[in-house]
Amino acid sequence: MDEVARLLRRLGAGVIDRIWRLGYASRFMAMVLRDSTMAFRRFSLTMRELYFAGVLSLVIVGVSGLFVGMVLALQGFETLQNFGAAEAVGVLVATSLVKELGPVVAGLLFASRAGSAITAEIGLMKTTEQLSAMEMMAVNPIARVVAPRFWAGVISMPLLAAIFSVMGVFGGWIVAVKLLGVDNGTFWSQMQAQIDFRLGIVNGIIKSAVFGVAITAIAVFEGYDAPPTAEGVASATTRTVVASALAVLALDFVLTVFMFRGTGL
Amino acid sequence: MTSPSADTDLVTLRDVNFGYSRRPVLRGVDLSVPKGKVVAIMGGSGSGKTTILRLIGGQLRAQTGEVRVAGADIAQLDSNGLFRMRRRMGMLFQFGALFTDISVYDNVAFPLREHTSLPDEIINDLVIMKLEAVGLRGAARMRPAELSGGMARRVALARTIALDPMLIMYDEPFAGLDPISLAVIGDLIRRLNDALGATSIIVTHDVFESMKIVDHIYFVADGRIVAQGAPGELRGSSVPFVHQFLNGETDGPVPFHYPAASFQSELMEAAHG
Repeated sequence: MDEVARLLRRLGAGVIDRIWRLGYASRFMAMVLRDSTMAFRRFSLTMRELYFAGVLSLVIVGVSGLFVGMVLALQGFETLQNFGAAEAVGVLVATSLVKELGPVVAGLLFASRAGSAITAEIGLMKTTEQLSAMEMMAVNPIARVVAPRFWAGVISMPLLAAIFSVMGVFGGWIVAVKLLGVDNGTFWSQMQAQIDFRLGIVNGIIKSAVFGVAITAIAVFEGYDAPPTAEGVASATTRTVVASALAVLALDFVLTVFMFRGTGL
Repeated sequence: MTSPSADTDLVTLRDVNFGYSRRPVLRGVDLSVPKGKVVAIMGGSGSGKTTILRLIGGQLRAQTGEVRVAGADIAQLDSNGLFRMRRRMGMLFQFGALFTDISVYDNVAFPLREHTSLPDEIINDLVIMKLEAVGLRGAARMRPAELSGGMARRVALARTIALDPMLIMYDEPFAGLDPISLAVIGDLIRRLNDALGATSIIVTHDVFESMKIVDHIYFVADGRIVAQGAPGELRGSSVPFVHQFLNGETDGPVPFHYPAASFQSELMEAAHG
């Protein structure tokens, strides 16, 4: 009986702790939004973070996009050829990238490279009392440190997803047209005819923007909430990558259900 | 200076209690810091010294009691009022807390750029003057990672005094410094306090260096003020904690052993499995 009671207590404590943390995170994000004016009024602060989160992620996102597109074209060509539709390989590559792989894989890469870096930087600033020092200098660390990083992430993510998709399509073109001999005109014209701007491209942009908000919100919160120790920052960084990856995949499913339901696409 | 008068005090704490969850940190603390003086708060690690600084700076709120700075009740200030008050305060953190992604020059310029709209030429002059005051004008272009511990502390001090604060707080300014750096920091604390007409509070457990430069000392043990007075008065104190602390004795009111079950019973228990 005691064993059951102890188990229930532990379970209850765990649930309460999760709910408390969710409430704390929501309150923190409300503060970030409230204190965001500086991030736009002094846009140079956000520009600097755009460079670190966005520009420095370009290589990994671009190269990954290129290879994903090349692999998609190879795999797709083989299957489509069996149905005599090898010319549609361009449509396959572009649809997969714009609707799904672009936002999702770019999101996962962004979480691993930029999200973890944001968490580690804010966590270390907390550990070395830089955030406290800022507070004591009458500078709001949420406005000065957190909000610019948050908005830089939100702006970067859709652009990176777009670059991922463009590089993927380019990779697909290299393989399909240059290596496998698909007609260049057919490759592009079929893609142009089949990809719907609203259902394909706009929805892809919406997805990547939502992922950007989720990943960067998790990253800044984990950094700000990290225990001020080496182990605390390490755990927070790991949590950012894991939680962001799960959030991206779960949100992708939810958004896909709403966006493509009943469209037949 | 055993009982500083109320109208000349810049900082006062009255019957302040503070704790985390069920663990009390400060119990009924009464403390006054007169204008223009350098006051030390001494005590062992974990005795609540840094908590007192955080209460004065408004980073923590007292659960009961009153913390006043320049006549204002810190607990009653809204966030704007608190930020206005902090512009008149400076705090030197234990390891400097310099911003590691910018240069020494930019660190010192940081509060000036954030809180004033002075032209770059004037900010430049002010930064150079502050760095000259701590003897590090030549290190202006260096990065914080290139500085020694003592240099980092001096740069942080230059940043702390950038806005000419009325109150300067030091959290363990002597920790981890070699004897020369330690003397330099001690000398700077006293000289800058007098030159700026400021008031300083030093939280430290460095007896030798702080006794040389402070006007008044409060001893904190177990969250309470256990003794206070001028350094000369305290040297001959009969308060057991002060005696143990000043003489660095290993046993006394602060025991060598952390509370535990009887040694004999624990050994017997181990022997019998």
